[in-house]
Amino acid sequence: MESKLITAKSEPLWNTNNKVISIVCALIVLLFALPLFGLNSFYLHLFIMIFMHAVMAQSWNVIAGFSGQISLGHGAFFGIGAYATSFFYMQYGITPWISIFFGMFISAIFAVLIGIPMLRLSGHYFAIATLLIGISFQVVFQRWDLVGAASGLWVTMTPEDSWIALQFHSSKIPYYYVFLIFFLITFFAVWLLSRSKLGYRLRAVRDDPQAALSLCINVSNYKIIAYVISAMIMAPMGSLFAQYILIIDPDRVFNIEISIIVLLITVLGGIGNVWGPIIGASILIPISEYSRIYLGGTGGAIDLIFYGLILMIICIFKPNGLISFIPKDILERKKQR
Amino acid sequence: MTSEIILQAIVTGLMMGLIYALIAAGLSLIFGLMEIVNFAHGEHLMLSMFSSFWLWSLFGLDPLFSIPITIILLAFCGILTHYFLIRYILKAKMLIQICATFGLSIFIRSIAQLLWTPDFRNVDKPLLEGRIEIGSVFIGQPQFYASLVCLLAFIGLYLFVTKTETGLALQATAQDRHAAEVLGIPSNKMFAIGWAIGLGCVGVAGGMMANYFFIFTDVGINFALFAFVAVALGGFGSIIGCLYAGIIIGLVESLGGLLIDPSFKLLYVFVIYLLVVIYKPQGLFGRY
Repeated sequence: MESKLITAKSEPLWNTNNKVISIVCALIVLLFALPLFGLNSFYLHLFIMIFMHAVMAQSWNVIAGFSGQISLGHGAFFGIGAYATSFFYMQYGITPWISIFFGMFISAIFAVLIGIPMLRLSGHYFAIATLLIGISFQVVFQRWDLVGAASGLWVTMTPEDSWIALQFHSSKIPYYYVFLIFFLITFFAVWLLSRSKLGYRLRAVRDDPQAALSLCINVSNYKIIAYVISAMIMAPMGSLFAQYILIIDPDRVFNIEISIIVLLITVLGGIGNVWGPIIGASILIPISEYSRIYLGGTGGAIDLIFYGLILMIICIFKPNGLISFIPKDILERKKQR
Repeated sequence: MTSEIILQAIVTGLMMGLIYALIAAGLSLIFGLMEIVNFAHGEHLMLSMFSSFWLWSLFGLDPLFSIPITIILLAFCGILTHYFLIRYILKAKMLIQICATFGLSIFIRSIAQLLWTPDFRNVDKPLLEGRIEIGSVFIGQPQFYASLVCLLAFIGLYLFVTKTETGLALQATAQDRHAAEVLGIPSNKMFAIGWAIGLGCVGVAGGMMANYFFIFTDVGINFALFAFVAVALGGFGSIIGCLYAGIIIGLVESLGGLLIDPSFKLLYVFVIYLLVVIYKPQGLFGRY
């Protein structure tokens, strides 16, 4: 009964415009070839940050854009991922390649624990609770001696570049490829998700929970599934970020700024759209990195002013984000009736 | 652990709770009126404390006397917020409303950081100083008067909303803005009034707290969090619920800090929040 009704609505999986597919393939090839042109490390860093933030924003997009639940403390999962790899590597010497999955697993458990009580509630309650969760994690980690309390974890450096320890000191190119591959995997997965039955059910839950309920969609279960998926996308980025900078502390990886920026990128690019986070990240991260170079030094305040302003302007004038400038039929082949 | 210490903690919590209650009442009023949660509430509180501070530091006006000015400034700030931001997003999705007020909060906080640097400031030698000793309980004078003024303001707000014509018009708009418009109550004007009063409450609380609290750009975050919790506890849109919820939070914060560990105050409040919203999702006095 349930699946029949939903199947009637869903489109074939590969129903995307051929032009778009070829452009995307060309872009992917270009991204893989990019380091061969001898980019300097600043540009590599820029691209790494774009990939990372795009994935983080995509993670937020899954919970907020697809299932309509606003999480204001998504940085918590980022921090869990970061601490998981660093902690297991330093204490037990487990390679980050394995502990990335530990981080994902722990994040998923927390998402379930948080989600079961909270996601039964409507929007504002959940938003406020997640805000509290984000800050609670920071408070706990600042005082938790096992993970270095406020001074954080300083990942033991390997003397040379090492794929096993996922540490590269001489060049950023390996990091570039690692982040790129995670970026592509995540986007492909979320793209599939958005076109799967699950994606349609999540959007049904977002748009009209009662109608969804009447179609036998278990609303709170689907919200929890979305939250878990979202957490599991976020955690590996935290892990990779920890491997990238090799020093993590609660003020950095549980910072509320992380929760803000994922929200901002998604809303800027286009919320509820798979392409939104890519557009948002590729516009916002260069602005942020350049403003940090030219205006920074006194702290991150100036780019935050822009963030706040952009967020308000987007909300007033373009609530669907910059993606709404692109006509919809370019991204998706028109339905043939 | 004697009974005196516990009594002391209860009194401290009670005084803090009354301040939370007033801050939350402003938030709740705005929510009840237009179903928008003002995520910039903490930043508005920060602005009111800074207004008190600058009036003291530039013009030598004691925070006690500058309160009317602070209230007017904050009410004006509320009208501006409504005029430039809120009125465009009234019909938007909840998600966009949350993002917009969240954007406002980032904007105000970072502008403040740019203008005033994140330094800690405090008002030197205000009129209200020292402490009163009742039995074995010490009560700081500024804290005591702050909570007293907040309680009075709260009662005033309650009487205003339930007894005066404007207050009843606010309630009518909150219940059904279209029906209220048919009766000749302009909802746009009511929203502006709601914002002015809601932030006016914050002005009272911030102005009184400027007497004894450190003033810095991130000061609002914790108060706003507690205010959100108080609003959810009391029930979104219920003003009287805020009073009880504020007091509960104040007591939990201070007793939890005393009996368990003061560094996890936020967590105890969070636990209370979780328990209440799970078992009584509409809050203690909620309409929804």
